[in-house]
Amino acid sequence: MKISKLVEKIPPSGIRVFFDLVLGMKDVISLGVGEPDFITPWNIRERAIYSLEEGYTSYTSNKGLIELRHEISRYLKHKYGLEYDPEEEILVTVGVSEALDLALRAIVNKGDKILIPEPSYVSYGPITTLCGGSPIFIKTSPENGFKITPKDINKFCDIKTKAIILNYPNNPTGTSYSKAELKTISKIALRHGIIMVSDEIYCDLTYTFDHTPFSALPHMKERTIYLNGFSKAYAMTGWRIGYACGPRNIISSMTKIHQYTMMCVPITSQMAALEALKNGEKAVQEMKREYKRRREFVVSRLNEIGLSCHKPEGTFYAFPSIKSSGLSSMEFARELLKKEKVAVVPGTAFGPSGEGHIRISYASSLDRLKEALARIEIFLSKNKVR
Amino acid sequence: MNEILEILEKDARTPPEEIAKMLNMTPKAVKNAIKKLEKDGVVLKYKTIINKELVRDETTDVRALIEVRVTPQKNLGFDHLAERIYQFPEVTSCYLMSGTYDLLVVVEGKSIHTVSNFVAEKLAPMENVRGTVTHFILKKYKEDGDILKQPEKSKRPAISL
Repeated sequence: MKISKLVEKIPPSGIRVFFDLVLGMKDVISLGVGEPDFITPWNIRERAIYSLEEGYTSYTSNKGLIELRHEISRYLKHKYGLEYDPEEEILVTVGVSEALDLALRAIVNKGDKILIPEPSYVSYGPITTLCGGSPIFIKTSPENGFKITPKDINKFCDIKTKAIILNYPNNPTGTSYSKAELKTISKIALRHGIIMVSDEIYCDLTYTFDHTPFSALPHMKERTIYLNGFSKAYAMTGWRIGYACGPRNIISSMTKIHQYTMMCVPITSQMAALEALKNGEKAVQEMKREYKRRREFVVSRLNEIGLSCHKPEGTFYAFPSIKSSGLSSMEFARELLKKEKVAVVPGTAFGPSGEGHIRISYASSLDRLKEALARIEIFLSKNKVR
Repeated sequence: MNEILEILEKDARTPPEEIAKMLNMTPKAVKNAIKKLEKDGVVLKYKTIINKELVRDETTDVRALIEVRVTPQKNLGFDHLAERIYQFPEVTSCYLMSGTYDLLVVVEGKSIHTVSNFVAEKLAPMENVRGTVTHFILKKYKEDGDILKQPEKSKRPAISL
């Protein structure tokens, strides 16, 4: 059977083979996990169970339960001073993954260019391609703390540039932007008239400064599609629930696609999310404090054993350089797995500019992090002898 | 709460060097801070949490919660009587309560018999004790924040983006 040309255009994932290797091995300490090691706080799980007992098993409105949209609106207002109308400007989605797909499908025409700072989360490029757009990757480097600069954007912007996908705090680098840095980016976006697709799923895990949503910047609300969700902050990855906020014409276009593909997010997840927003903040803060301590520990250990690592502003990832080992990212990850049974993700999984780096997730207990880092240290010393 | 305390409360064996890394301090500063906490009596001691459900042998203790109603004494209130009660080594915890009784006394003993003897011979006859109600603990599920069973294995896949 012939498959679509668009799908054919998407390169197969080179990382899959490595993943299969990890999944086939026993007694591996994995620092390769892109989700919290906490399980969803009990009050949230309990609310979902109770909702099933109460008989909440139906469809909801396409945009999501109105109570949930109200609560999201209140939350964004309270936390960031953002004003989003729950009726018209908020759409509840199956995680940020769906929200991103909808956002791009709603704005991209054939041939439109979408700017993507790299290393980037794996879905941005392929989804852009599926929408008929051209992903333009902008390389960032450790020298700049993996940040894009207004200059970079300027250089890559032309008449066909439709949008930029900014993910901060960033998976895999952990990089985030201060309010002042975001402002300089917003000015360039304004000048070129491009849309900002802002993936802020890790916003609650920002350690160095207070997170600023892109749409909170002057004149940016009307040109930003704000994406957020419950996965990372509330340890709710498996519930698959997130949301998009933006100008009403964008949200209504996204809703059009959503209603024909997804209909609505499972009601159980929506009930759980409602509880998370109402009574989840304390658990979020506790988890954040724990992640922050692990970050300090991991970064300091990495530098100590000779893997230079900038201190990430957010997320639960460190993205150290492995250049001192003389190995490529993929070799490093494969050898480390085989010899010391520690799984990490090669930086190249996030684009060619991730070469020379690995992604280490510190969403693991401190005991396991200690053990894993000790094993990496042994690996490095043996590698040197060889 | 002080972050050092938060770390030690979770794992009292965390070495000062590691705490230093986590909090971006020098090991010396952490050691000094811990010493001060110990000196000030904030950190009383370091103990091990044992799941006694799993060490079922002749040394296993039974535990009872005892509601005690007392007559407060002039000038001394409840404190004096509480002190007389908590000095007994059988008493593992002792609280002054609001509500329908005054003191909640937790007593540990080798058997139901030793605990009832303690109540009958020591506690109940005490001057100013007006009455007691004894509740034996049948099974412990969670104690001081710790769930008393082996944590389940992680259900996360070993790798994901």
